[in-house]
Amino acid sequence: MSSQSDIPAYLQAQNSTLKDTWATYLGRVRGGDMGPLPAVIGLIVLVILFSVLRPVFFTPLNFANFFTQAAVVAVLAMGIVFVLLLGEIDLSAGVTSGVAGSLLAVTMARNGLSWYVALALALVVGLLIGLFIGVLVAKVGIPSFVVTLALFLAFQGLVLVIIGEGGNVRVTDPVILAIENSNMPIWLGWTLYAVMVLGYLLAALNGRRRRLVRGFSGTPLSVILIKVAVIAVVGFATVWVLSLERSTNPEVNPLSGVPIIIPIIAVIALVFGFVLERTKFGRHVYAVGGNVEAARRAGIRIQQVRIAVFAICSTTAAFAGVVAASRAASVDPNAGRFIVLSAIAAAVIGGTSLFGGRGRIYDALIGAAVVAVIDNGMGLLGYSAGVKLMITGGVLMLAAGADALSRKRSTSTGR
Amino acid sequence: MTTSPILEVRQVTKSFGAVDVLKGIDFEVIPGTVTALVGDNGAGKSTLIKGLAGIQPFDSGEVTFEGVKVNLNEPRDAADLGIEVVYQDLALCDNLDIVQNMFLGREVKRGIPLDEADMESRAGETLKSLSVRTVKSLRQKVSSLSGGQRQTVAIARAVLWNNKVVILDEPTAALGVAQTEQVLNLVRRLGEQGLGVVIISHNLQDVFEVADYIYVLYLGTMVVRLKREDTNPSEVVEYITGGKTNNAGSNGDLV
Repeated sequence: MSSQSDIPAYLQAQNSTLKDTWATYLGRVRGGDMGPLPAVIGLIVLVILFSVLRPVFFTPLNFANFFTQAAVVAVLAMGIVFVLLLGEIDLSAGVTSGVAGSLLAVTMARNGLSWYVALALALVVGLLIGLFIGVLVAKVGIPSFVVTLALFLAFQGLVLVIIGEGGNVRVTDPVILAIENSNMPIWLGWTLYAVMVLGYLLAALNGRRRRLVRGFSGTPLSVILIKVAVIAVVGFATVWVLSLERSTNPEVNPLSGVPIIIPIIAVIALVFGFVLERTKFGRHVYAVGGNVEAARRAGIRIQQVRIAVFAICSTTAAFAGVVAASRAASVDPNAGRFIVLSAIAAAVIGGTSLFGGRGRIYDALIGAAVVAVIDNGMGLLGYSAGVKLMITGGVLMLAAGADALSRKRSTSTGR
Repeated sequence: MTTSPILEVRQVTKSFGAVDVLKGIDFEVIPGTVTALVGDNGAGKSTLIKGLAGIQPFDSGEVTFEGVKVNLNEPRDAADLGIEVVYQDLALCDNLDIVQNMFLGREVKRGIPLDEADMESRAGETLKSLSVRTVKSLRQKVSSLSGGQRQTVAIARAVLWNNKVVILDEPTAALGVAQTEQVLNLVRRLGEQGLGVVIISHNLQDVFEVADYIYVLYLGTMVVRLKREDTNPSEVVEYITGGKTNNAGSNGDLV
């Protein structure tokens, strides 16, 4: 017996090579934990399909449009992931965004509030709505489905009351409009790109070093380099395409640069991802979603976690409402009514489980991309809103089915 | 060699409405030994444990820990003293890995973010100190573990926190033969490390394999405390079923 085998397996080097890492990943996928893999494959298939059927899909102008179209769903989906991780649901997130968006528009247009006061007001109202839902669910004990369904109805009415008779409220503030309608200078796009790639590389190397110091095997360098290379190539292609002149009439109205909404979404995703994966609170969210009783016995304050996730979700939804108001440059009485199911679909398509305990913020972005590509591509193909809604519904059903089956599979394979 | 008890329970009672579940129980745990608590269903074992865990406080009576009278009114009180209960249904999160489960609720931070490397190395050391060999990776999800491995993680979790008394509720109930053997070995090692170990079990074979002392509960009364080497399974069965009472003359201590 060699001395190596006297050391328990769990103290020996693991995943120290590219091959090991790949094998571990394959094992996870076979065990039913597919993560965002189906969504990534679906996204690639859809992009190829639409590009072939409708070449205009694959143009810089449409590419930029795609991001501004996807933005509202993407922001909303990132908030909803928190609620889904507890196995709860928030059907009112869409209309909450409507309430926040109409408050923002109305207070700026009629009460003359400056954009930052109106924005702060919208976010605070979102936070209060979330706390309200959280208290009803955690302290009173009403199922979140019922609480948020009731609010789904009530807030449609509230939006009508806020906007009042007469339909639309226009948004004219340049800062709010810039969120969805302006692009960064080209040099800034490249600078942020460089910061992102270098930042990721340094963070990964630093994490590896910290593990090596402890005598653990860190992520193999080859794996880090492959990940960085993928991010660098995809990011380069994105920034490059978005830096091209994409206006249909360049002499009169030149148009290029990375839309401002992209770094905004990236920052939200980084912050939320950090909270979920690297903090005590995030760990507790996963624990409560995985096994409430275990979390309770471990001394985690279940009710506080519940209230917190609803507060995060509704505040994020409020920001999504601001983004939507910016995109439409107005708010109408239907604000936010249809968006929530697309956002839940985005989260679930990205691999977040409706049963709680599994899912990641970044994957919700991939799911949002799938939803937006369907919307965008089918629009270009001339399908009506009705057909698009049915297809999106079908995809949500498919994703939920895959979620349920993978859960079954993971129980049977014991993973 | 006698050591003074780390945990002493004197005349505790607990009633649910008109039903007296514990009718003045005496019980003690000596560090470095394994104490078994046996009795038929409804004898009051779980109620006694829940009282010690602070989940259901006792109605009256006295609990002393390391010679000091203590109040156990909520789970945190027990945890603060260093009393840890490993429950029958385990209380692990399937979607988290071994390290995450062992540190659940007591995560180590480095500023704001969690210190994963520190937690991982401490979890590894603890498992090693218990001579655990069956686990492949500390970053395995708990859902991928066998029943015995899960029980191992749950027990290691109790050890990690420098607990002084570990109470195991039916730790082998759901396990196969080999896994039961592993867990019983682990229980013995806990005792050797100087902890006060309490094991609740229906399986007398397991009890006789690990326990130094055997307490028998019968309908809310502590009938007898026996030393393992002075008794045998059939005598214990008689106490459990009420076929023998302490007054009938036994070779055990009168409690």
